[in-house]
Amino acid sequence: MLKTKIDMDKKEEILKLANKYRWELGENLHDSILESIYSDASNITNKVVSKIGEKPKFDWDRLIDKLVTGKLTGFPIMFLLLALVFWLTISGANYPSQFLSWILIDNVHHYLKMFSQFLSFPNWLSGLLIDGAYLATAWVVSVMLPPMAIFFPLFTLLEDFGYLPRVAFNLDFLYKKVGAHGKQALTMSMGFGCNAAGVVATRIIDSPRERLIAIITNNFSLCNGRWPTQILIATIFIGGAVPNYLAGIASSAAVVFIALLGVSFSFIVSLFLSKTLLKGEVSSFSLELPPYRPPRILQTIYTSLIDRTLIVLWRAVVFAAPAGIIIWLVANISINNISLAEYFINWVNPFGLLIGLNGVIILAYVIAIPANEIVIPTILMLTVLTNNITGFGSGAGVMFELDSVQQTEYLLRNSGWSLLTGINLMLFSLLHNPCSTTIFSIYKETKSVKWTLISTFLPIVLGILICFLVASVWNMI
Amino acid sequence: MKANMKDINKNCETCPAHNLSNLVKLGVDMTHFDFVVALAGNPNVGKSTVFNSLTGLKQHTGNWPGKTVGRAEGAFQYNNKRYKIVDLPGTYSLLSTSVDEEIARDFILFGQPDVTVIVVDASRLERNLNLTLQVLEITDRVVLCLNLIDEAERHNLKIDDRLLSKELGIPVVKCSARQGLGIPDLLSSIHKVATKEFICKPYRMTNTSKKISNAIDDINKKLKEQFPNLANTRWIALRLLEGDQNIIDAIKSGEIGKLSFVENEN
Repeated sequence: MLKTKIDMDKKEEILKLANKYRWELGENLHDSILESIYSDASNITNKVVSKIGEKPKFDWDRLIDKLVTGKLTGFPIMFLLLALVFWLTISGANYPSQFLSWILIDNVHHYLKMFSQFLSFPNWLSGLLIDGAYLATAWVVSVMLPPMAIFFPLFTLLEDFGYLPRVAFNLDFLYKKVGAHGKQALTMSMGFGCNAAGVVATRIIDSPRERLIAIITNNFSLCNGRWPTQILIATIFIGGAVPNYLAGIASSAAVVFIALLGVSFSFIVSLFLSKTLLKGEVSSFSLELPPYRPPRILQTIYTSLIDRTLIVLWRAVVFAAPAGIIIWLVANISINNISLAEYFINWVNPFGLLIGLNGVIILAYVIAIPANEIVIPTILMLTVLTNNITGFGSGAGVMFELDSVQQTEYLLRNSGWSLLTGINLMLFSLLHNPCSTTIFSIYKETKSVKWTLISTFLPIVLGILICFLVASVWNMI
Repeated sequence: MKANMKDINKNCETCPAHNLSNLVKLGVDMTHFDFVVALAGNPNVGKSTVFNSLTGLKQHTGNWPGKTVGRAEGAFQYNNKRYKIVDLPGTYSLLSTSVDEEIARDFILFGQPDVTVIVVDASRLERNLNLTLQVLEITDRVVLCLNLIDEAERHNLKIDDRLLSKELGIPVVKCSARQGLGIPDLLSSIHKVATKEFICKPYRMTNTSKKISNAIDDINKKLKEQFPNLANTRWIALRLLEGDQNIIDAIKSGEIGKLSFVENEN
């Protein structure tokens, strides 16, 4: 008891002492300490640093900065770089994709089937494992690996070079206008790789209000799971709508357009949020523009392959195998000779058509909630199933070999897909709920059910509205 | 000529000064460590690159400030001592407010690392020294890693590392972690400071008035008597002088004593 009393007295004594000194020293103590630190730092630097030789006549960093952050040149350079990255991805990914699907789907699948017959597997087991789980996985690998293996290293090279903060610098005034934080440009860029990572990266934003805006709008950055969908559909429907020699450029332009549309939506929604649910002041911040550093090309390719490509691919595979099983089941469990999948598809088809999509696409998006990566394989498989198209697969619910974009195109067009379906699928792929991993990250970061639900449903409501609008206008013309 | 180069490299690897052979990268295996090393510095000076080259981990690095948002931990073994190393988010000062900067500050202040390695951008020394001097105010055992030295040389800057070491009273190591240069020296400096083979005599502010330093010393003495376990009493004294309400409350409730105690247990 006595000891506590003495303790209290001593603590009071310390505080009183501090108080006394504070009065003696005056208000500008903080400033004078900072000043002292700054002048010490400057003195020491002057002692130890010397400049050798003449100043280089030409400062590359300055020149590059003048161009990439210039008022007139900044934005065009940004668009061109983005377009170049996509063009390289789209034109480079085609051949390795074909090669992988030839190995994994044409050959390995065939041998696995023969092997299961040799072991006299029952039909349902070989269907579930080989036609369901294996084929879904093989599909994801052959569709996703090549574009990712090109896109991620390119993006990482730009990052290593020091370009990302310049993007933030360029976009800052727009973010300020919509009441959001300028660093949102950085978290948005992270979202182009993976939305879950983008959501975690919002920790660099100090103000909780602006951080929430950044979290909710991160889903408008097309994540890598959605790039393959965009690229494939653009190649088929946009590239197919123009003369051959323009196909590559037109489809790249379409993908860039969708990506930029996503960026515009992130601005519009940020503005909406900062005017309604998340009112408040814009906080100021300082962002250092780092020096340009020559990217370490080999190392970047290695780490981006290992860190990003393989990890993301692994995630897709983990989700694709069970999804393949589910697809096979809903396609093969029948009531009155009509499979579960068909029931659902027929049920939502009118709604799907109303918004310029179809029942198959909607079912695919339900199955693909865990991972956007499996949307395209699911759509193709369900399309074959419901249209009873022969010559592609070996029975209901079997994913099939599509060696080329032409075959995919033939299949989709024969199932009633039009240019409108293609465009709206691209729009819907941009504007729908985040994948389950991202939803979980949002919950972990915000610790709020309310904001998690808003982040989940806001984009999908927007997507349905936009698709409906486009479909209505399209049908009028 | 080529053969010559090869021979030279061979000699390097067998030289006792070349200590990389004593380095075992332990990745995330952080069991039974002898020392804790904190990696601090301004944003975007290559802390994560240094971290990767010591632990063998592949923490993603990128050329923009704010890349590391949490704190990453890893381990390595050097000269039969096991080190746990903590990669902190970048900070410009110890007086800042955002979540990621607080993580860094709290760890240096209360995590009681055995060695704090401050990574600085050699081509921007003056700005980086501001943080360095603040860290030196609050902890004794520090190694300065002059990273990106290749960058500085590219800009025709020459840095006298020995003079800098003398001025600051701590070991200074020239590094280019991206190229893997200087890592052996960095390791041996960390080891010397951790094992107290090198006793730092850290630089303390000189330009403050006698009045201020007297006040700090006086409060510091009282704090040490009252909370013998508390690390960084100098910094707390400074915060008290500045009237930091959080610190005042923590002293009133006695929580400040507990704070250092809990962190000690970890």
